[in-house]
Amino acid sequence: MFKDLIKYRDLLFMLTFRDIKVRYKQAAMGFIWAIFMPIIAVLAGVIIKKAISIVSKQPMELGDIVSVAVKVLPWTFFISSIKFAVQSLVGNINLVTKIYFPKEVLPFSSVLACLFDFLVATLGLSVLLIIAKVGVSLYLILMPVILIFLILFTAGLGLLLSSANLFFRDVKYIVEIILMFGIFFTPVFYEASMFGKWKPLLLANPIGSILESVNSVVVLHKMPDLFWLSYAGVASIIIFIIGLKVFRKNEPLFAENI
Amino acid sequence: MNVIEFNNVSKKFKKGEKFNSLRDAIPRLFGNGNGLKREEFWALKDVSFEVKKGDVLGVIGPNGAGKSTILKLLSGIMVPNKGTMNIVGRLSALIEVAAGFHNELTGRENIYLNGTILGMTRKEIDSKIDQIIEFSGISEFIDTPVKRYSSGMYSRLGFSVAAHMDPDILLVDEVLSVGDISFQAKCAEKMRELLKCGATILIVSHNLTLIQSLCKRVILLNRGEISKQGTPEEVIPYYENIVYKQREEEVKKKISTQDYYVKANHEELIRISDVTICNGQLQKKENFEVGESITIEVDYEAKKSIESPIFSLEIIRADGVLCCSSNTKENGFKLNNVDGKGRIKINLGDIGLASGIYVAKISILDREMVHPYVIRKKDIFRIEAKGLDNHSNAVFLPKIQWGLK
Repeated sequence: MFKDLIKYRDLLFMLTFRDIKVRYKQAAMGFIWAIFMPIIAVLAGVIIKKAISIVSKQPMELGDIVSVAVKVLPWTFFISSIKFAVQSLVGNINLVTKIYFPKEVLPFSSVLACLFDFLVATLGLSVLLIIAKVGVSLYLILMPVILIFLILFTAGLGLLLSSANLFFRDVKYIVEIILMFGIFFTPVFYEASMFGKWKPLLLANPIGSILESVNSVVVLHKMPDLFWLSYAGVASIIIFIIGLKVFRKNEPLFAENI
Repeated sequence: MNVIEFNNVSKKFKKGEKFNSLRDAIPRLFGNGNGLKREEFWALKDVSFEVKKGDVLGVIGPNGAGKSTILKLLSGIMVPNKGTMNIVGRLSALIEVAAGFHNELTGRENIYLNGTILGMTRKEIDSKIDQIIEFSGISEFIDTPVKRYSSGMYSRLGFSVAAHMDPDILLVDEVLSVGDISFQAKCAEKMRELLKCGATILIVSHNLTLIQSLCKRVILLNRGEISKQGTPEEVIPYYENIVYKQREEEVKKKISTQDYYVKANHEELIRISDVTICNGQLQKKENFEVGESITIEVDYEAKKSIESPIFSLEIIRADGVLCCSSNTKENGFKLNNVDGKGRIKINLGDIGLASGIYVAKISILDREMVHPYVIRKKDIFRIEAKGLDNHSNAVFLPKIQWGLK
């Protein structure tokens, strides 16, 4: 399954480098680009937290803001990856119709370029975590596993949506709308537990369970809900495999249907 | 050993607009969309050929014959609907060599990007980058973003990357027209170098001279089918004759819609009733071979007696080049008063015209050659090449003798 990818890893690297360089150059803001969207999202989260605290008559704590920031980063990684991946085939029409190479490197490189942004933003976040004296715990060793689930889920969805967008160009608009309002359906600004018995409904979204796990590990210093974490893991792996299968099955049709 | 095998390969495409949005596709699922049926056509029909290691195969044919489809199938961008292909070895395609470039990146970065897209590893490019830059001849600008490049620099850089892949099989599609003359010479040299190293080349081109000089075997494609294959000496003249035939029809159509009868005076004094083009044996003919004798007979009909009219003949190639002209005055052939019907015979002999389509323009002028009584420009003849035509741009092929003194 990954034989081609290993053979073309230099290509994956170059395409990722291209995406990063072009984005950072054109934005002319350099690395601010990577933290711009998370900062806006965190500010929105602060407003919502404040509203919740006013309604529930409990004071807002610094911990609330920290946990919003910790969840916002993976969330922005997810939505920007999907946004770029959806366009990755149609936006590289020259490469798709004129040169042969395994086309899955295109959505993969979109995800990797966003992963780079995510890592840059994580550096900024760690400063905030130190200032807020959040501290570290042994549970942090689970972080790489959670990240791998997040990346697999994102990449799998990216594969599916990029090929869907090649055949049906309005997929892009549908995805944009879902991503725009997705933040309200996902426990980013709030916790799933606030919804009581409806909690499973929010965690059924693998991104929801992943974000809650990240919050548990980084901010709350406790074991994440293992049931929901393994659910997210299984879902991510299945989505990734389905994505890759569907993509590979349709790949020979790309050049003439784009 | 065959490195490329094409066994009964067919490829079809669909004509017309396709549904490319869910908004169109979903209503169709429920059966209430407008039933737009897309017509299919076969871009390749049952094509079989093979190329042996170290061979150079040329593919020629008119536009839309399926040449590019063959290249796209070979390079793996598309898959055939029927038939099988077999390719042995690393394949590199010099098709759209600059397709992988990104405008914002510098020349150097684009070498890496394009090189990896074409299938090289970074290590490989590291070891070749100096050669690539030198070959492209734009080392001065190599750290400038390619959006500032001229189109020539752009394609030269693209070609340089692709040419340094050291492929076993090289697919070439009209890219040698890139760059100036010295760059083209470099490219041809590079191809010969690759050939020496045992590479196999498949060239698609409209440049028949190039095909002839490089290829050992040529395939002529027409409407998705192989209409002839063999040595360049067999296939190229056959193709040229087909092209001339088509062109002749076009020229005829164009000429017949124009009225070339000029009435110099308001009343028609003399008219050309018929023109017959024949061979040396006075048999009427339209197609001649190079070196065949040609005779033109002109029938005229004068309403009144005309004093010493001058007959003139011009032979014009279909692209507008005046090849030769002659008239009775220069020729010293004096006609006295002309009245009633008559026939003039013009013997061109073995005129030595190269292959092509020609129009005979015949005019009758007054004796001062000031106004024409009538001009007729609608008689066409075609000259076909017997063997390989090396002088397709020449007008005449006189029999020139060389010797050592």
